[in-house]
Amino acid sequence: MSLRNLHEAQERSRRILLLVLAAMLSVSSFLALAVGPVPIGAGDIWAALWPSEDLSRDAQIVQQIRLPRLILGLCVGAVLGVCGAALQGLFRNPLADPGIIGVSSGAALAAGLVIVTGNTFASGFMEWAGNYALPLGAFAGSMIAIVSIYALSQRAGTTSGASLILAGIAINAMAGAALGYLTFLSSDNQLRQLTFWTLGSLGRITWDSLVPVAVLMTIAVALTLRKAAALNTYLLGEREAGHLGLNVERMKKTLIVLGALGVGSAVAVSGIIGFVGLAAPHIIRLFAGADHRIVLPGSALLGALLVMCADLIARTAAAPAELPIGVLTSALGGPFFLWLLGRYRRELF
Amino acid sequence: MIAIKRLTGAALMLGWGLMLVVGASAQAEPKRVVALGGEITEIVYQLGAQDQLVGRDTTSTYPEAANELPDVGYFRQLGAEGILSLKPDLILATAAAGPPEVLEQIASTGVQVEKLPSEHSAESLLEKVARIAKVLEIPEAGDKLASSLRQQLDEASASIAAMGDKPKVLFIIGTGGGDVMAAGEETAANSLIKLAGAENVFADHKGYKTMSLESAAVAAPDAIALMEHTLKAMGGVDKIADHPALKLTPAAQTQRIVARDGTYLLSFGPRLPEAMTDFAKAIRTEGRSSH
Repeated sequence: MSLRNLHEAQERSRRILLLVLAAMLSVSSFLALAVGPVPIGAGDIWAALWPSEDLSRDAQIVQQIRLPRLILGLCVGAVLGVCGAALQGLFRNPLADPGIIGVSSGAALAAGLVIVTGNTFASGFMEWAGNYALPLGAFAGSMIAIVSIYALSQRAGTTSGASLILAGIAINAMAGAALGYLTFLSSDNQLRQLTFWTLGSLGRITWDSLVPVAVLMTIAVALTLRKAAALNTYLLGEREAGHLGLNVERMKKTLIVLGALGVGSAVAVSGIIGFVGLAAPHIIRLFAGADHRIVLPGSALLGALLVMCADLIARTAAAPAELPIGVLTSALGGPFFLWLLGRYRRELF
Repeated sequence: MIAIKRLTGAALMLGWGLMLVVGASAQAEPKRVVALGGEITEIVYQLGAQDQLVGRDTTSTYPEAANELPDVGYFRQLGAEGILSLKPDLILATAAAGPPEVLEQIASTGVQVEKLPSEHSAESLLEKVARIAKVLEIPEAGDKLASSLRQQLDEASASIAAMGDKPKVLFIIGTGGGDVMAAGEETAANSLIKLAGAENVFADHKGYKTMSLESAAVAAPDAIALMEHTLKAMGGVDKIADHPALKLTPAAQTQRIVARDGTYLLSFGPRLPEAMTDFAKAIRTEGRSSH
């Protein structure tokens, strides 16, 4: 078990990495509360953190707009980072990203179905599920996508990199076509909601809609983090991991459900925010190696940090108007993905 | 008896006078208003309340002076904080403005958000005028504008009714590749076509849908209407008239291709009477025969 006998120095440097990330995240969280199109003083920010009936306008802006948005950014970033890392471990493929392999578009398609056809075909479900209808629908969509991708990319017991990416392309294309058909069916208003899923934004969150998905995302992140040691064992190979006493099938199923839950909830409230799940784990691996005990928490922290920074730009660059955050992450993440493709070309095909 | 009547009369007059004074003092308090929707900005200007405007959306480009106001983005993709940074105390928003959550966020900070009807009709225009005047506390200006608009609308309808015939119109809203997006039922363009006493050839579809050029040709419109920027994107009148599928239509043969500014034609604001009459005339006369 070489992974368990890590040198102490290495252990310490990893702890420092996590601490640095946590510190940067605290700074960016503070910035998320303090910086915006409305200049707001420290006193109002402090006041906004406590429940009160009698708040100034500025404090209300922090409490009703910036604070839920901050929490959403933290959750979505952490979920995308950690699910990206876990999926890459699960598929043993460095290019597995919820966006690229079609998990996000599966979720977006299901969310679109809920928006456009939910009230017509499943009014009972809509009434029963309330605020949870969209996250649940998105969860189902990402679940179907993730299971079919997994089934399609298995070849003789191992995951083939090329067929994983190809299956992802196919699923993205099919979900895109179905979403396109939905836009054809939808009313003007539904159409606006649909475009939102494809661009991504943290700007629509209110406390009411935040609470259910924040709970789901926290659960997904927390439970995925606990799978770090199992993923390390799994890295040795499926059969080897089995011999070492790991219940491989159960771990796979758990990770698939958690990935679908996390990505589904994230997509349900913020649309498709691409490439965070790809970039965060890779940057962590560059600094700290492939041990999932550092990659998973590191990706959660870095994912949150990336989303917060992107959202800071989205909120302020075009003020008083706002940019869609998904556009920003894709603009930055696209070149990064190309670089990765170049780096892994030989291993993939 | 007469004296008592006079007395009550005087008291009533005094009461009225007081109410007017109170009303006037309420008017004196200016608001900081953000207008979301081109037609809403126009109404605020027509009411003479433009000094209270502190922001507008991207579609608010008329009158010219409105362009000087800070632009908070397209009214369907708003951000809460950007709008709040203008320190408004009243948001006048078309019902189509959104996302709805963003307007909720704004309202939750204590800013009054007034949602105005977005139906494409003359009645909805008059209702918008009345409601905007009410929240801006300038009811007299509202009454005045409303009655003037009502008169203009009646005149416009009468002159359109006098035109008699019912030309067939195709309204192209956009273009992508070889196909065109045409306006069907339940669109602003459809309402305008109806108000202009004409028939929409694409009325059996709902909303804005892609129409193959072949079916555009089969529909044989007498006039083709579009927004100026769409005309530019499609390469001008000659390009449309020479298009392999469109060139067989009566509209192309007479070059009856009507292009106007989008907000002017389709926002159903205070320029509606003018737009109605102008459009009704253009789809009957514009083109080669009139030149």
